[in-house]
Formats: sequence, structure tokens, C-alpha cells
Amino acid sequence: MNGDAPPLPAPGEEVLYSESFPIRGNDFEHGGSVAARVKVILKQLGIPSDSIRHLSISNFEAEMNVIMYADEATLELQVLSGEVRVILADRGPGIVDLDLAMQEGYSTATPEMRQRGFGAGLGLPNIKRNSDVFSITSTVGVGTTLRYAVQFEA
Amino acid sequence: MKLSEIARKLELKAVGQSDLESKDITGVYVSDMVSDIIANAKAGNLLVTIQIHNNVIAAANLVDISGILVTQGKQPTEDVVKMAEKAAIPILSTELNGWQVMTKLYEAGVR
Ligand SMILES: Nc1ncnc2c1ncn2[C@@H]1O[C@H](COP(=O)(O)OP(=O)(O)O)[C@@H](O)[C@H]1O
Ligand SMILES: [Mg+2]
Repeated sequence: MNGDAPPLPAPGEEVLYSESFPIRGNDFEHGGSVAARVKVILKQLGIPSDSIRHLSISNFEAEMNVIMYADEATLELQVLSGEVRVILADRGPGIVDLDLAMQEGYSTATPEMRQRGFGAGLGLPNIKRNSDVFSITSTVGVGTTLRYAVQFEA
Repeated sequence: MKLSEIARKLELKAVGQSDLESKDITGVYVSDMVSDIIANAKAGNLLVTIQIHNNVIAAANLVDISGILVTQGKQPTEDVVKMAEKAAIPILSTELNGWQVMTKLYEAGVR
């Protein structure tokens, strides 16, 4: 994985807006607040509302996964013409079996998390379903990096 | 249908300050799983759930849910009420369970 290094846009690509948001593990108190801030920014930038919906679903799921399973992370938002990209690199235990983690219904959520309505094992599949571009890489004992993007008519 | 009309017909209590008059309900989504709520509840829906904590308010706000109806007499904490007020998402509560609420919503003409 690439650690916290911000991804480089390809040559010729113009990034219209970018911002990084820290997320702390176990911070249930603020769970969803980064996704909420990103939504406000995307609205202000005039991103189509269905794209905002897809991104908000993914951002929420990804943010909650950091809170539930990782130590800390940075969510990097990049807005380009016709595309919004998110790169979420965390420091944490990593994921041993990515195929298993991507399966609907697979979850290691604790009983406390399940009591709060988490642990359906639908977070990562939801992110994939709501993205036009999706990748996940992970190194056990180091962390996990999610990259996803939603594209639209500019 | 306006949320105020639903509240009146089902005799629901509003928790905290909210403007039920300004909220139009486009449909109902029933779920207690957060991943299901955020992926499948539509903008303008009334969410019927027993899950009422800050992460659910955040999820509801992200997908523009119009109101939350909490069943089985569950009470949100003061923090959660404040957060919902700030997001302008009315919280209604009832002693009824999910099934009883569904039948009453249907009788009230909600489809
Ligand atoms: N950032 C992460 N770090 C470590 N493990 C993770 C991370 N994200 C997801 N996982 C693992 O993948 C599983 C499936 O995640 P997900 O599909 O979001 O479902 P859920 O959060 O409901 O368990 C989690 O239960 C956890 O074991
Ligand atoms: Mg998850």
C-alpha cells in the first residue's frame, strides 16, 4: 500500500478541488461527520445530486469502517471535471482476506457494534456498487487503502 | 403526505423541536441496519426504525431522509435530539412496534 501519500493526478488532469480529512478509530461520536462535510462541499461545487448520493453512501461506509476497525486514516477528496475521487488510507490491522471482506454478509463487527445496527457486512459491497472505479489494497499490520470514484457528465 | 398529517393520524409524539408541516413524505423505509438504511432509503422517505443514535442521524442526513419514526418507545438521548434538530430531521416516537406502525401508516393512506 501507499501509506498516506496523496495520489497524483495523471498528467494533464486538472484537480478543481482537493481536501484531506482526518478520521480517528473508535470515534463513534463523530461517525459520519466527514461524509457530511464532503457532501456540503460537493453541493457547493455543483456536483449532480445522484453522484453526491453515491459518494455520500460510500464515504459514510468507509468512514465508519475506519472508526470500527482501524486506528486512524486520512480521507482525500479530489474533484476533477466529470469525476470525484476518494482515497482513504488507514493505519490499522489491515485485512487478511480481501475476497472474504468484500463478500456480502461477512463482518467481524462486535456485539456492541451490531447493537447499533452495524455489522451487516454490506459496507464494502455498498461502496463498490456505488462507484464507477473501485479498488482496495491492504497490508496486514499496516493498513488498508480504498480508492473509489464516481463519474458524471461534466 | 405531510409529516404533520401522519403524526396527527397516528398520534405520534415529536421529540424535540421540528417543523412537521414543511416535511413531505415520499414513501417509507423500514430498517434497523445502518448499511441497509443508507443504501436503500430514498430522499424524502420516512425512516421507521428502533435504531436512534448519532450515526443513524448522520446516515439519514446524508441521504436526505425527511423524518425518523422511532418504534417501541425507544427514546433518543439529548445529543441525538440536538443533532437531528440541527439537521432539520424531525424525530417522532411511538410505543407501537414496526408491524403495528406499518398497518397504521397504510390505513392512513401512506403508500
Ligand atoms: N478499514 C478496515 N480495516 C480493517 N478491516 C476492515 C476495514 N474495513 C473493513 N474491514 C473488515 O471487512 C469486514 C467487512 O466490512 P464491511 O463490508 O464494511 O461490513 P461491516 O462493516 O458491516 O462488517 C469488516 O467486518 C472488517 O472485518
Ligand atoms: Mg462497514
